[in-house]
Amino acid sequence: MFAQASLPVVRPEIVWEGLAPLMILGAGALLIVMFRSVVKQLPVAATGQAIPAVGAMTVVGMWAAHGLAGTEVAFAATRSDVGDGAYYVGLAVAMGLGAVSARSLRIGLDAALASAVGLVALAATFGLWNGRFGASGAFGALGDQYGIDGFALVITGVIAASVVLVSFLLDDYLRREGIDGVEMYVLMLFSAAGGVVMAGANDLIVLFLGLETLSIAVYVMAAMHSRRSESQEAGLKYFVLGAFASAFLLYGIALVYGATGSTNLIEIRFFLDAIVLIDNGLLMVGFAMLLVGLGFKVAAAPFHAWTPDVYQGAPTPVVAFMASVVKAAGFAAIVRVFMVTFGDYAADWQPAVYGLALLTLVVGSFMAIVQRDAKRMLAYSSISHAGFILVGVQAASPEGVNAVAFYAVAYTFLVIGSFGVLSLVSGQGDRSTSLDDLDGLSTRRPALAFALTIFLLAQAGVPLTSGFVAKFEVIGAAVEARSYWLALAAMVTAVVSAFLYLRIILSIYLGQAADDAPAIHVPRTAGVAIAIAVAVTIVFGVLPGELDSITREAIPQLVAAG
Amino acid sequence: MPAELELTTSYYLVLSALMFAIGAAGLLIRRNPLVMFMCVELMLNAVNISFVAFGADLNDVGGQLAVFFVLVVAAVEVVVGLAIVVAINRRRRDATADDVALLRG
Repeated sequence: MFAQASLPVVRPEIVWEGLAPLMILGAGALLIVMFRSVVKQLPVAATGQAIPAVGAMTVVGMWAAHGLAGTEVAFAATRSDVGDGAYYVGLAVAMGLGAVSARSLRIGLDAALASAVGLVALAATFGLWNGRFGASGAFGALGDQYGIDGFALVITGVIAASVVLVSFLLDDYLRREGIDGVEMYVLMLFSAAGGVVMAGANDLIVLFLGLETLSIAVYVMAAMHSRRSESQEAGLKYFVLGAFASAFLLYGIALVYGATGSTNLIEIRFFLDAIVLIDNGLLMVGFAMLLVGLGFKVAAAPFHAWTPDVYQGAPTPVVAFMASVVKAAGFAAIVRVFMVTFGDYAADWQPAVYGLALLTLVVGSFMAIVQRDAKRMLAYSSISHAGFILVGVQAASPEGVNAVAFYAVAYTFLVIGSFGVLSLVSGQGDRSTSLDDLDGLSTRRPALAFALTIFLLAQAGVPLTSGFVAKFEVIGAAVEARSYWLALAAMVTAVVSAFLYLRIILSIYLGQAADDAPAIHVPRTAGVAIAIAVAVTIVFGVLPGELDSITREAIPQLVAAG
Repeated sequence: MPAELELTTSYYLVLSALMFAIGAAGLLIRRNPLVMFMCVELMLNAVNISFVAFGADLNDVGGQLAVFFVLVVAAVEVVVGLAIVVAINRRRRDATADDVALLRG
């Protein structure tokens, strides 16, 4: 009876440590939502202890995650190195520091939990980087479906770091706007998990599932501010255009499947290496569809129309998340699919990416100038940054990949910092986001003005900031790939956007604040997030070698399990 | 000479492409959010036809497997989309996509 049905089932080989960052983000989200649905309100007596306890537990969690994701058994190696006594004292001191810093941040419980999950995932990513990946290079983590390589790990780290910073920004924002509940953090963690899936996907269907997990959570996050019509409108627009883009991506997957006989990137690559297609029309249309779908996600012109509206309407910390995580994951997918899998066909897709990059650069920089709203302006500037990253993609070379990874890391911190400052300046209800509201920020809040200046200078590509090095690497990769005109266009549009950034800086320092300008409240959590972003921007600008040595190892590879 | 009509894979692919194009055009032309969601469904199901047709053509089960994933994703998308539309309609009755236009550049 059933004997006939018992075909040999090939179980995929699972490397659990490779899945650690993904599982931490997903399981963390589930645990937080379970915990908060049981415990609606903490007893007053427990509130004071809860935050330091979360801080202390985060330290333990990071320690454990780093150990488990690395090759050595957790704790054991360190313990044998330093001896039992020193080990426990060290752990206790670190826990105490975590507790004290969590308390002095005055962070809310939900944000503390979400950022703890982000930190633990970040520690697991480092563990992987130093552990199995560092020892033996890229490996397949879940059969042939999900792989860990340097590029995936860098993007995973970027996503985990963004989760931490954005939950710091969200903490006070949600209280200020009176948005109750833990949903925002949970959605953010799920979305980040989707991004991590995209970064390591070795199958187009897995990539699609990751993209949808990422996007659907962000649609809701954008529409989360239920008392602002703008927020809901942003959610609806993002949803409709996002679903439209997903359908294109999916059609591209179907066509590539039809042309190559598999949705698995490893098998597709193998097929394309082995066989020369005589009639490759199906494959070419598939490329185009995939490029349209992913182009929407990273806001490349001419698929950028949703960006300004959605960025303007969505809650500002959510915009920081969208601009960092969604874009990083989108570019991870582009690198994985086009630069690695379709590498043999680079001559076919390079012209299309060339056009996209050129158009994106021009639209992003020129349209930004005519805007009157700071959020819209930064939305267009994020479009122009997408253009720069596409210039790196267009190079289709190891230098290009390195430049894309570097730009993604640098840009993530820049954009979170910029929107973090805007979120504080815009005040209750995100009302004051016009350029005039930034007038005289230097007298109202000198520290914020300084931070925003650093971010804007970095976005303009001024030396000694991470933005300069990122642009330099991208243009260098384009020159090496002999795309001289594109490199030239990138430089010219960089100058055009510099005009825009300098205009904002001028109004910060020379503008007169309106007399009735509302006071700007700077909560500690958001302050710390912005300070971290400033520090990263300057450190990677002054010492780019540190980040460069990491991104040089960030090579995307398609490795089967085994 | 096509003496009798034989249903080859390309018929299904043409049907799929047509459905996809109708869905895409509908999404761009129609202004009612619900109809727009239906158009998205049409596009996704057009892709499903392609997947199944290719799967049958290649004699590979992967294409049919993909359909299940797409169906689930489509369902999730509609749930979220409807939730957003309900949230908007609570504030403004009978909103079409043209009414939802506070954000302009």
